[in-house]
Amino acid sequence: MRWFAKQRYVIDFTLSSLLRRKGKNTALVLVYTLVVFMLASTMFFTYAIKKEAVIVLDNAPDIVVQRLVAGRHDLIPISYGDRIQKIKGVNSVKPKLWGYYFDSIFGANYTLIVPEDFPHGRGNIAIGYGVAKVSTSQVDYILPFWDHKGSMTSFTIKEILSSESELVSSDLILISEDDFRMLFGIPMEYATNLALKVRNKKELPVIAAKIKKIFPDTRPIIKDELLRTYDSVFNWRSGLLLIILSSAVLAFIIFAWDKASGLSAEERKEIGILKAIGWETSDVILMKFWEGTVISLTSFLAGLLLAYGHVFFSSSILFEPVLKGWAVIYPKFRLVPFIDPYQIAILFFLSVVPYTVATIVPSWRAATVDPDSVMRT
Amino acid sequence: MIELDNIKKVFNLGKPNEFTAIHGITLEIPAKSVTVLQGPSGSGKTTLLSLIGCMARPTAGRIKLKLARHHDSSANPGFPGGEITSLPERFLTEIRRNDFGFIFQHYNLIKGLTALENVMLPAYPEGEPHGELQQRAIALLDLFNIVDKADARVEYLSGGESQRVSIARALINNPSVIIADEPTAHLDTGLSLEFMEILQNLRNQGKTVVVASHDPIVYENKIVDTVIALRDGRVEPPLTHMEH
Repeated sequence: MRWFAKQRYVIDFTLSSLLRRKGKNTALVLVYTLVVFMLASTMFFTYAIKKEAVIVLDNAPDIVVQRLVAGRHDLIPISYGDRIQKIKGVNSVKPKLWGYYFDSIFGANYTLIVPEDFPHGRGNIAIGYGVAKVSTSQVDYILPFWDHKGSMTSFTIKEILSSESELVSSDLILISEDDFRMLFGIPMEYATNLALKVRNKKELPVIAAKIKKIFPDTRPIIKDELLRTYDSVFNWRSGLLLIILSSAVLAFIIFAWDKASGLSAEERKEIGILKAIGWETSDVILMKFWEGTVISLTSFLAGLLLAYGHVFFSSSILFEPVLKGWAVIYPKFRLVPFIDPYQIAILFFLSVVPYTVATIVPSWRAATVDPDSVMRT
Repeated sequence: MIELDNIKKVFNLGKPNEFTAIHGITLEIPAKSVTVLQGPSGSGKTTLLSLIGCMARPTAGRIKLKLARHHDSSANPGFPGGEITSLPERFLTEIRRNDFGFIFQHYNLIKGLTALENVMLPAYPEGEPHGELQQRAIALLDLFNIVDKADARVEYLSGGESQRVSIARALINNPSVIIADEPTAHLDTGLSLEFMEILQNLRNQGKTVVVASHDPIVYENKIVDTVIALRDGRVEPPLTHMEH
């Protein structure tokens, strides 16, 4: 009981001590929060967008075969699939149709895909949340398109897509095969690419090499390569941003070290008074521990919450140009909140723990000195 | 009783600026009396007071504390014969908290806290229930006619009020020894005499009072039992015993 009462007294004293140095502590909390916010924003964003990539590619084929003409992606003859199907280990080969459409009316880019089973039939489409938002459309509205001949053709919206990932669905339009071919003028014997399913995933590089050998004008892309590309692109971007932020972090470390470790004459005197009137060294250290914990934990949590809001509710508005790139992801989308607890733990141990230690060590040094000096002040 | 046996205090030992503040002082401070350490600035009064109050350790010599609380040796097994010179810091802290009450020259109250909070501060490490502690602190403030300032922050108190808060703080743990360093240095004559009356009351309650002062109002006061004159870190003979 007495132990609890003592803890309460020490915490009470700590809080009043923090309030007594309002200016210094407020400045410290603000700078600390800003640094945690910047670091956490970068971490949240890169982790969430990489996670999105994993979701995007979850149902992707094991190998995508594209045709290259003069180094550029071109339509692939569906007949290539018959030969590829005969390669040992290939389960299935399916022609895929997809493409981009720039809507000059709303100034937005859409991704049009022909799904395997499109339930709505000709003249109808299903659109992503982003498309619905930008075109202010609802189910049963008409969405006009210009076809490859320059004529206008309209489709009825039959469904607004919901998806685990907005990155997948935001700019998406699902359309029937006949409408797609009519819109872009793609002959029946061609597809955008071929999608392969493979029995043994370990054989993917071997099968890809065989395809390349049979059809030298193709580019087989393995699913894992796509994931690695996403990873390296966003790791590179977050690394770049962290380098930029490192100067701010360094400034904070110097500032925090100075504020936390450099006890002012007033603080030294206060420790001396407490020791002189009977506070033990452990009581003083406990008080400083709470002081450091309150400041660092408050800033840490505030920084995390702000970063969460910034990344998942305002689409990383501050770091967007650096993290997303201007052209990589054009349509507006909101990231689905994915947080790696391991990253939060790292951030915690790199911010709260060092700061608390930096607060305790100088106070411990001051508290182990004889309180005699108090008599002389 | 407090016994000092050939106490020496050297600051910055072994360094170019080494300075001996106390040169082998031996003396006895009787219990339940008022003792004044008198002398000019630099005579070693404050240093000696710090050594007696366990706020600093002597470089050589021994200090013995023979107080009622320590007569029961089973309660203090690490405290044989009252010898405190070589005790670990945590024992000295406990002695400072339970046996001594300090009245500092500049009061040394914690700014930003109220008078009541300052008075309660020395008792926090004991973890006494808040209600009881607060009641005791208010009773002390009432005793020194300053209870109306209980909720006032100490930086807004006058010198006399601050000192009375400081005295209340010194008494919160009911110590047997009161140590005061230049207590009248910042008080006018009226308040100084009032302070001496408080000391007299404390002595009458059975407390041992040790005061360092070069103020005649203090060392020539009739309540003082013993005056120990110091000069250059040594006791000036003869010791004067005053009648009252």
